[in-house]
Amino acid sequence: MKGRNLGWLLLGTLFSSAAWAESKYNLTQGVTDVSHEVYDLHMLVLYICTVIGVIVFGAIFWSMFFHRKSKGHVAATFHESTKVEILWTVIPIFILIAMAVPATKTLIDIENNENSDLTIQVTGSQWKWHYRYFDKDVEFYSVLSTPKEQWDNLSGTGAEKGENYLLEVDKQLVIPINKKVRFLITSDDVIHSWWVAAFAVKQDAVPGFINEAWTIVNEPGVYRGQCAELCGKDHGYMPIVVEALPEDEFDAWLEEQRLAAIAAAEAEKASLAAMMTMDELMELGEATYVTYCAACHQANGLGLPPTFPALKGSSVAVGDISEHINIVVNGMAGTGMQAFGKQLTLKELAAVVTYERNAWGNNTGDAVQTADVKAAAGM
Amino acid sequence: MQESTNKKTNVLIRKLMIVVVSMFGFGFALVPLYDVFCDITGLNGKTDTEAAQVNDDGIDTTRNIKVQFISHITPGMSWEFRPEIAEVSVHPGETKIVKFYAKNVTSVSMMGQTVPSVAPGEAASYFKKIECFCFEQQSLAGQEDVWMPLRFYIDPEIPDDVTMLTLSYTLYDITAKIES
Amino acid sequence: MTTTATTDTDMAHDDHGHHGPATGFKRWLFTTNHKDIGSMYLWFAFIMFLTGGSMAMVIRAELFQPGLQLIDPDFFNQMTTVHGLIMVFGAVMPAFTGLANWMIPMMIGAPDMALPRLNNWSFWILPFAFSILLMSFFLGGAPNFGWTFYAPLSTTYSNGSTAFFVFAVHIMGISSIMGAINVIVTIMNMRAPGMTYMKMPLFVWTFFITAYLLIAVMPILAGVVTMLLTDTYFGTSFFNAAGGGDPVLFQHIFWFFGHPEVYIMILPAFGIVSTTIPAFSRKKLFGYSSMVYATSSIAFLSFIVWAHHMFTTGMPLVGELFFMYCTMLIAVPTGVKVFNWMATMWRGSISFEVPMMFSIAFVILFTIGGFSGLMLAMAPVDFQYHDTYFVVAHFHYVLVTGSIFSIFAAAYYWLPKWTGYMFNETLAKTHFWCSLISVNLLFFPMHFLGLAGMPRRIPDYALQFADFNMWVSIGGFAFGLSQLIFLAVVIKCIRGGAPAPAKPWDGAEGLEWTVPSPAPYHTFATPPKID
Repeated sequence: MKGRNLGWLLLGTLFSSAAWAESKYNLTQGVTDVSHEVYDLHMLVLYICTVIGVIVFGAIFWSMFFHRKSKGHVAATFHESTKVEILWTVIPIFILIAMAVPATKTLIDIENNENSDLTIQVTGSQWKWHYRYFDKDVEFYSVLSTPKEQWDNLSGTGAEKGENYLLEVDKQLVIPINKKVRFLITSDDVIHSWWVAAFAVKQDAVPGFINEAWTIVNEPGVYRGQCAELCGKDHGYMPIVVEALPEDEFDAWLEEQRLAAIAAAEAEKASLAAMMTMDELMELGEATYVTYCAACHQANGLGLPPTFPALKGSSVAVGDISEHINIVVNGMAGTGMQAFGKQLTLKELAAVVTYERNAWGNNTGDAVQTADVKAAAGM
Repeated sequence: MQESTNKKTNVLIRKLMIVVVSMFGFGFALVPLYDVFCDITGLNGKTDTEAAQVNDDGIDTTRNIKVQFISHITPGMSWEFRPEIAEVSVHPGETKIVKFYAKNVTSVSMMGQTVPSVAPGEAASYFKKIECFCFEQQSLAGQEDVWMPLRFYIDPEIPDDVTMLTLSYTLYDITAKIES
Repeated sequence: MTTTATTDTDMAHDDHGHHGPATGFKRWLFTTNHKDIGSMYLWFAFIMFLTGGSMAMVIRAELFQPGLQLIDPDFFNQMTTVHGLIMVFGAVMPAFTGLANWMIPMMIGAPDMALPRLNNWSFWILPFAFSILLMSFFLGGAPNFGWTFYAPLSTTYSNGSTAFFVFAVHIMGISSIMGAINVIVTIMNMRAPGMTYMKMPLFVWTFFITAYLLIAVMPILAGVVTMLLTDTYFGTSFFNAAGGGDPVLFQHIFWFFGHPEVYIMILPAFGIVSTTIPAFSRKKLFGYSSMVYATSSIAFLSFIVWAHHMFTTGMPLVGELFFMYCTMLIAVPTGVKVFNWMATMWRGSISFEVPMMFSIAFVILFTIGGFSGLMLAMAPVDFQYHDTYFVVAHFHYVLVTGSIFSIFAAAYYWLPKWTGYMFNETLAKTHFWCSLISVNLLFFPMHFLGLAGMPRRIPDYALQFADFNMWVSIGGFAFGLSQLIFLAVVIKCIRGGAPAPAKPWDGAEGLEWTVPSPAPYHTFATPPKID
C-alpha cells in the first residue's frame, strides 16, 4: 500500500513541478491570461490521457505476463458482456464532458474580440509580414534578418548561427502590455498564418478576407513566432517578432515612428530631385537586389523558372523601361511578384531597376532616376 | 442461381454508381451550399452582393456600434484606395454614408473590383449596404480619381454583445479579366 | 461464429479448361484472379512504401541539422508533398486493397471477387497514375503545396504541376471507387449460404464499411481537384476572392473528403487486429456486435468532424464548438474498440508470434496516437498545436504504428497461407524490434518539437529544435533501413522455408484456414456450408 501511495505522489510531483512547465518537453505557459488557460487545459487533457493510458496499457502488460500460454495459462471462454460495454461507453462520455466544459469557457473567452484598445492590421505575403497601426499612419514590413551566410550551407560554408537564428526580423512589431490589442489579419497572396505561442494566438491570413484575434500581454518582453501555414518555398523564413512594452514606452515609440514616417516621406519627396551617377545606382542597386530580389530571381539573375522568371536576358529587363518600373513598383497580380513600391525608397527602386537593366550582360546602359520612377509608376 | 446472382449484382452496381455520381455532384453542390449557409449566417464575413432596402425598422438609440474601415490594395494593382475616415460610430438602424477615395495613378484606363470582408464574421449578415461601390466594377481612366460612396445601416437585430465591427475592402485589378 | 467447411478446390470445376494460371508477364497483365491481383496490390504498395520512405529519408537528412545543406526549400516542399501523396494513396490504401482482394473471398467462402475484370483494371491504372505523378519531378517540378494542396497556393501560385497532380489523383480515385464497389458487391452478394452479416469475420465488416466510406467521399475528392483544375487553368473562381470565391471553401470541401479518408486508412487496421488478437489469445473477440456498432459509429461520425482541421481559419464560435464536441465524441467508439481488444487478451492464453507482436504494438501505439488526437480536438489548445510537429506526431502514430503495423501483422499472419512456407521467425522478430524501437525514436520526440513551437513543413529550424531533430532523423534512417529486413523475410519466404500446414496458428479461426497452404489458385468454387 505504502509503495503505491508513494508512486502516486511521485507522479503528481513530476507533473506539477514548475520545472515541467517551462521544460523543453512541454507547451509554454505564455505571458497572457489566455495562454495560461490554454496551458492548463493542455495539462488537464494530458493528465487524463496519461491516467487512462496507464490503466489500459497496464492491463495489457498484465495479461501479456500473467495470461501467457507458455506459463500454462488456459484461456477463459467469455467473449461478451453488455454491462461492461455500457460502462466503458458511458464513463468516457462523462470524462469528455469534464474536458469540454473548461474548453468551452476558454474558447468563448478567445473568440470575444470586443472592446480592444489598439487595432493592428497584419498582412502576410510571400515571405514576410506587414504591420499597420490602425488609424495611426505607422506601417512597416517585417522581414527575416538572419544573414544568408548563417543558413545557406548549399552555396556557402555556413557561418555560425546566432542565438535567434531564423527568429529575428529587421523591424519588430511593438505593442503595449496590459492593453487589449486586436489583430486584423489578412494576406496578399496565399494563405499564411500568424502565430505567437507566448500569446496562444494563431489565426490564418486568408487573401481577400480578414480574421480577428486579440491578446492582452501581462509581461514586457520580446516574443517570437513563425508562419504556421505552408505558403511556398520560404514558409520557414518569415518569422514574427513582437516586443511588448510598458504603456508609456509604447506611446513614446509610436510617436517616434510617426515622426520618422513623416521625415521619411519628406526625404522621399526631396529625393525626387536627386540625380545619381551610374556607379551609385549600380552599387545601391546591387545591394537592394541581393536583399530583396535574389531570393527568387537568384544572384545570377537566372531565376527558378517557371515560377520565378530569369531577369538575365529577359524582355522585361531589356525592354520598355516604364513597364519594367511598373512591375517592380506595383507587382504583378496572380504571381509571387510583390509591389516593392511599398517596401523600398524611391532611390532604391531607381537603383534596383538600373541594376537589373545592366547586370549579367543585360547592358542596356539605362540609368533610371527617382523622377523616372515616379513618372512611370505614379508614386 | 448464377443468373439471379448476376441480376442482384447488376442492380447493386447500379445503386452504388448512383451513390458515386450523386456524391460527385454533392461535392459541386457544396459550393452554392456554402454560399447559402454563409449568406444566412454571415459566418465567413461575406456581406450581401446586392443592395439592401432602406431601413424602416427604426433606430436603436440606446446602442452605439463602432465601425472601422480598412482598405487593402492587392499586389499589381497600382491605384490609390483609402477610406475618407477610419472609424464612425453609429446607432443600429441609422443610415450612414462613408466615402472611399480611389485614383488610377497609371496613364492607361483600368478596371477594379473591390471585395468586402467583415470581422467578426457573425456581424456580416447585419451589415446592410444600401449603396456600395463594391456591387459594381469600377472603371477609371488614366490619372482619373473618384470619391465612391458607401451607404449602409446596421440591422437593429444585431446581437447585443457586438459593439464593434470592421469592414475591409480588398481592391483587385480585373482589367485583363474583363478584356479577355 | 463457427464454420464447418466442405470446400471444393478441385481444378476440375474450372470452366476455362486450363490447369493453373498462365505463365509469364501476361499472367499478371490479364489476370482476373483475386489472389494474383491481391499480390500485385501488395507488391505495388510495398514498392510505393519504399519510394515514399526514401523521400522521408531526404526530408530527415535535411532536417538532421539546422541550416540548409542538402536541398533547396522548394525541392524540400516537393519531397514533403509527394511523400504524403505516395504514402496515403500509394502505400496504405493499395496495401489494404491487396489484403481485401486476397482474404475477403476466402473468408466468406466465395470463389473470387464479384467483378474480376473490373478488379484487374482497378489495379493496373494505379502504376499509371503514379508514373504521371512521379514524372512531374522531371517536367518542371513535382507538386510542392502539401498533400492537402490548399488553394490558392495550389492554383494561382502553383509551379505548373497542378495538371499532373489532378490527372494522377483522378485516376487513383477511379481505382479506389471501382475497388470499393467490387468489395461491396462481393460481400453483399457472394457470402456462402448460412453466413449472415453478423457471422462475418470482423475483418470483412471493417472492409465493408470502409468501402462505403470510399464510394461516399472519393467522388468529393474528384470534385475538388476538378475545381482546382478549372481555377488554375480555366478562369473559374471557386477559391479566388477576386472572383467572388473563398479559399476557405477549398478547405471545407477537401476535409469533407479528408476526414473520412483517414478513417478509410484505419478501419481496415481495426479489422486486422480484431483477427490476429483473438487468434493468438486463443479466445474469441470480445464483444463482436459491439465492435460492429462501434465501427459503424466511427464511420458515421467521421462525416461531421471535418472542420477540426480548420480551427484557425477564422471559424465562428458556434462552428468551433460543434466540431470540437463531435470530434471528442469519436473517442468513445474508438475507446470501446481498444477496451474490447484488451478484454480479448484478458485471461486468454497468449503467445507472441510476430503477427501478435505487431498487433499488440498497434493497440498500444495507436492509442497513444489517439490520445494526441483527443488533445488536438480541444479547439483552444489546438491554436497552439495546429500546423506544428505535434500534429505530425499524431498522424504518424496513427498511420505508421497504426495502419502500417497492422499491415505487417496481416502480412506475417497470412504469409504462410499465401506462400505455403513459414517465414524465418528470427529475421521477422528482428524486423519487429528494429521497427518498434526506431519508429518511437522517430515520432515520439515530434510531440516535444511541436509543443516547443516548431511548425510543420519547414526545411530549416531555430536552434532550440536541433537536438530533438537529430534524434528524430536517426530514428528515421533506422526505421527506413529496418524495412529492408521485411523485404528479405518476404523474399526468403516466397522461395522456401518450413512447409506451412493449412492452419499454422492453432488459435486461428476462419474459412481461409480450411484450405491448404499455399492456397490453391481457385478456392471455394463450391461454397462451403456455414452453421
